[in-house]
Amino acid sequence: FLALECERFSICNEEKRNLSLGGHVGFDSLPEQLVSKSVTQGFCFNILCVGETGIGKSTLMNTLFNTMFENEEASHYQNGVYLRPRTYDLQESNVRLKLTIVDTVGFGDQINKEDSYKPIVDYIDTQFENYLQEELKIKRSLFNYHDTRIHICLYFIAPTGHSLKSLDLVTMKKLDSKVNIIPIIAKADTISKSELHKFKIKIMSELVSNGVQIYQFPTDDETVSEINASMNAHLPFAVVGSVEEVKVGNKAVRARQYPWGVVQVENESHCDFVKLREMLIRVNMEDLREQTHARHYELYRRCKLEEMGFKDTDPDSEPFSLQETYEAKRKEFLGDLQRKEEEMRQMFVNKVKETEAELKDKERELHEKFEQLKRMHQEEKKKVEDKRGYLEEEMNAFNKRKAAAETLSLSQPVKKDKDKKNRSVNTENQSGVSASSSKVMMAKANVEPLNCQSWWQAIQCCTCLVHNATWRPGGLF
Amino acid sequence: MIKHKGECARAPRATQQLKNTISEKQYVGFATLPNQVHRKSVKKGFDFTLMVAGESGMGKSTLVNSLFLTDLYKDRKLLNAEERINQTVEIIKHTVDIEEKGVKLKLTIVDTPGFGDAVNNNECWKPITDYIDQQFEQYFRDESGLNRKNIQDNRVHCCLYFIPPFGHGLRPVDVEFMKALHEKVNIIPLIAKADCLTPNEIKKLKDRIREEIDKFGIKVYQFPECDSDEDEEFKQLDKELKECTPFAVIGSNTVVEARGQRVRGRLYPWGIVEVENQSHCDFVKLRNMLIRSHMHDLKDVTCDVHYENYRAQCIQEMTSKLAQDNRMESPIPILPLSTPDVDTEKLIKMKDEELKRMQEMLNKMQQQMHDKEQ
Repeated sequence: FLALECERFSICNEEKRNLSLGGHVGFDSLPEQLVSKSVTQGFCFNILCVGETGIGKSTLMNTLFNTMFENEEASHYQNGVYLRPRTYDLQESNVRLKLTIVDTVGFGDQINKEDSYKPIVDYIDTQFENYLQEELKIKRSLFNYHDTRIHICLYFIAPTGHSLKSLDLVTMKKLDSKVNIIPIIAKADTISKSELHKFKIKIMSELVSNGVQIYQFPTDDETVSEINASMNAHLPFAVVGSVEEVKVGNKAVRARQYPWGVVQVENESHCDFVKLREMLIRVNMEDLREQTHARHYELYRRCKLEEMGFKDTDPDSEPFSLQETYEAKRKEFLGDLQRKEEEMRQMFVNKVKETEAELKDKERELHEKFEQLKRMHQEEKKKVEDKRGYLEEEMNAFNKRKAAAETLSLSQPVKKDKDKKNRSVNTENQSGVSASSSKVMMAKANVEPLNCQSWWQAIQCCTCLVHNATWRPGGLF
Repeated sequence: MIKHKGECARAPRATQQLKNTISEKQYVGFATLPNQVHRKSVKKGFDFTLMVAGESGMGKSTLVNSLFLTDLYKDRKLLNAEERINQTVEIIKHTVDIEEKGVKLKLTIVDTPGFGDAVNNNECWKPITDYIDQQFEQYFRDESGLNRKNIQDNRVHCCLYFIPPFGHGLRPVDVEFMKALHEKVNIIPLIAKADCLTPNEIKKLKDRIREEIDKFGIKVYQFPECDSDEDEEFKQLDKELKECTPFAVIGSNTVVEARGQRVRGRLYPWGIVEVENQSHCDFVKLRNMLIRSHMHDLKDVTCDVHYENYRAQCIQEMTSKLAQDNRMESPIPILPLSTPDVDTEKLIKMKDEELKRMQEMLNKMQQQMHDKEQ
C-alpha cells in the first residue's frame, strides 16, 4: 500500500492525497479557535426593512429581538422615501451583536411611486462602495471595519389576499441582485388559512414568472439542509408581531387580543413567526453574511471596477496589475483635467474679447449720438437767434408806428366822444383795459403771438413794452 | 327574496296612531296619505346606485356581497402585479334587481378596479369624477328634454371609500381622492379588513381619521339630525351611529358555524370573526345606515345638493359662454336667469356707477368749456 502511495507521489507532485492519522493531533480544535476569536471580536448584522408605513416593520423587529427599539410613528406625508439606519449593541450569553436596522420611511405613501426604489438601491450601493473604498486603501484595517453592508432585506407584503402590489414587484426586481431578500406577509392575522395558502402560491408564482431572485436557505450542509429545505417551501412567511403580553392558560405570551380570540405570536399554527426567527437568526445568520460578501458584494465590486476600466486580463492575456491600471487611469484623469482647464481658459479669453468688442461698439454709438445732439443743439440755437432778431425788428417797426401814431393823435382830438362811451362800458372790466379795444389793438398792432397762453397775457406783454400814457382807455383807436 | 330581520315600514303605524287620536266625526281622511305614498312607491319600485372605491384587495367585493347577501362578482378576473404596474382605472357597472316583501330595488354597483394600483397613481381618480359628471350631465339633459316620462336615474347616490387598516391614518392618495369627490357624491369612508385591528387600535385609527378629515376639510356624508319627536331609542341609536364613523367593517362570502348557529364569518385558528356581531365590527351599523334607514336620504342629498350644484355650475358656464359668443346654439333651452348671480349683479352695479360718474364729469367739463367760451 505504501509503495503505491510513493509511486503516486513521484508521478505528480500536485495531486492531493488523503492521509490517515496515526493518533490524535489536535487540529480538530480549529473551529473552536475560530469561534472564540469571532466571539471576542463580536458579530455584526444589518437588516433592511422595506414596506409601507404602518405595516408593522418596527413591531416585528421588536418582537424578533425581544427588545423595544425606540421608534416614533412615521407620518404618511413624506415627500419621498428615505432610509433611517439605527445601530444597537445587543448581548446574549457571551455573544455580542452589533445590530443595524435600516427602516424605509415614507415607502408606498406617495401618489407617484415610480422613484420609490431609488433611495433604497442608492443606500445599498453606498454601503458596498464604502467597503470597496476601504478594501482599496493602501493602509487598511478591514478587521476593525464596521461593516454596514446590508445582509438581509425583509420585504413586507401587505395582506391583500390577492397578489403582490405593482410597487412590490418593481422594487424587488431592482433589489434582488444587490441584497438577500426574504419576502414576508405582514399583519397575517387578517388572512384565513385557506386564503393564506392561495396567497402564498400566487406570490411565489409571480416572483418566479418575473424572474425575481429571493434568498434560498442553503441546503448544501447536511446538518441543516432538511430544515432549510422545508422552510423554503413555506415562503413567504406570514408573520404577526406583538410586544404586548396576554395571559393564555397560566402563561403570559406575546399575543394580540381580539374580541373573537387571541393570536399568539409564537404559536406555529397561528403564524410563521417562529419559522422566521429560526431561519433568520438561529440557523442562517452567518450564511446571510457570507452570501452578502461572496455574492452581492463581489458582483458590485466587479461591476464597479469594470466601469472604471479594470480588467482581469489585458489584450495580451497577461494578468493585469492593479497598480499599472491605476497609474494609467490616473494619468488619463489628469490629462482630462488639464484639457478641461485649457478649454475653460480659451472660453474665458474669447468671452473677454467679445465683451471688449461690444463695449467699443457702444462707445462709438454714444459718441455719434453726442455729436448729433450737439449739432441739433447748434441748429436750435441758431433758429432761436434768428427769431429773436426777427422779433427785435418787429419791435422796432412797432415802435416806429407808435411814434407815427402819436404824432397823428395829437392832430385829431375829435374822436374823444366815442371813446368816452367806450370808457363807461369798460370800467366794469377789472383789469382796466377794455376787451374789445384791446382786441382791436392787437389786430391793428399786428403783433404776432408772443408765445403767451392767452390774448390777455399778450396784452400785458405789450403794455409793459410801451408807455402807459399812450394806452389810456379811450386812446387813439 | 331576501330574508332579513327587518322592521316594518313606519308609515302604517303612524296613521293608525293618528286615527286613534281623532274621533270619527272629525276624521277627514288625509291621514292616509302616508299609506298612499307607501303603496305607490312599492308599485313604482326603487333604484339605488352605489359606488365602491379603494385599492385592490381591500375587500370591496366581499363587502358588497355581504351587504346585499348575493354574489355579484362571479367569475371575476383579477390582474396580477405585473399587469397592474401601468393599470388605468376602469368603471364597471353591475346591475341587479332584488326584491323583498314586495318591495323591488334596482341596485347598481359601480366598481372602480385599478384605483390606486399602479406605480404612478397621479390623478387616478379622474375617470371616477368624469363618470359621476357624465351621469349628472345625462340626467340634466333628460330633465331638460321634451319627453320626460322615462328618465333613468343613473346618478351615483353613495360612494363607499375603503381605507386600508395597515397604516396610521389617511394616506395622500386617500386625501386627494376624497377632496376630488366630496362635492360630487356622498362619501362614506370605511376602514376595511378591520379584523387586523384590536379594539384599541380601531379606536385610535378612527379618531385619527376623523381628525385628518377635519384637518383637510373633506366633506363626508353627514347623517341628518333626527327629529325631536322621534322616540328615545331611535335618538340613541342615531347618536351611536354618528360617533362610530368611519365604520370598521369586515366582509365574508362564507358561512361558518359559530355558537351553534350558521353565520357569515371568517374562520381563524384562534377564533371565528362574525360579520354580523356588533362587538366584532361595524358591519351591522353600516348595513342599517346604508340600507335600512338612510338610503333615501342619500338619494335626496344627491338630488338636492350635489346635482343642484352641478346644474347651477353648468348653467352659469353656458350663459357666460353664450354672452361671449352669440352665435352658439345651446343644445338645451336656456331659461332666463330669474335670480341672477350675486357676483354679476355687483359687477353690473359697479359699472353703472362708473358710467354715472363719467357722465357727470363729462357734463362738468362741457359746462366749464361753455363758461370759458363765454
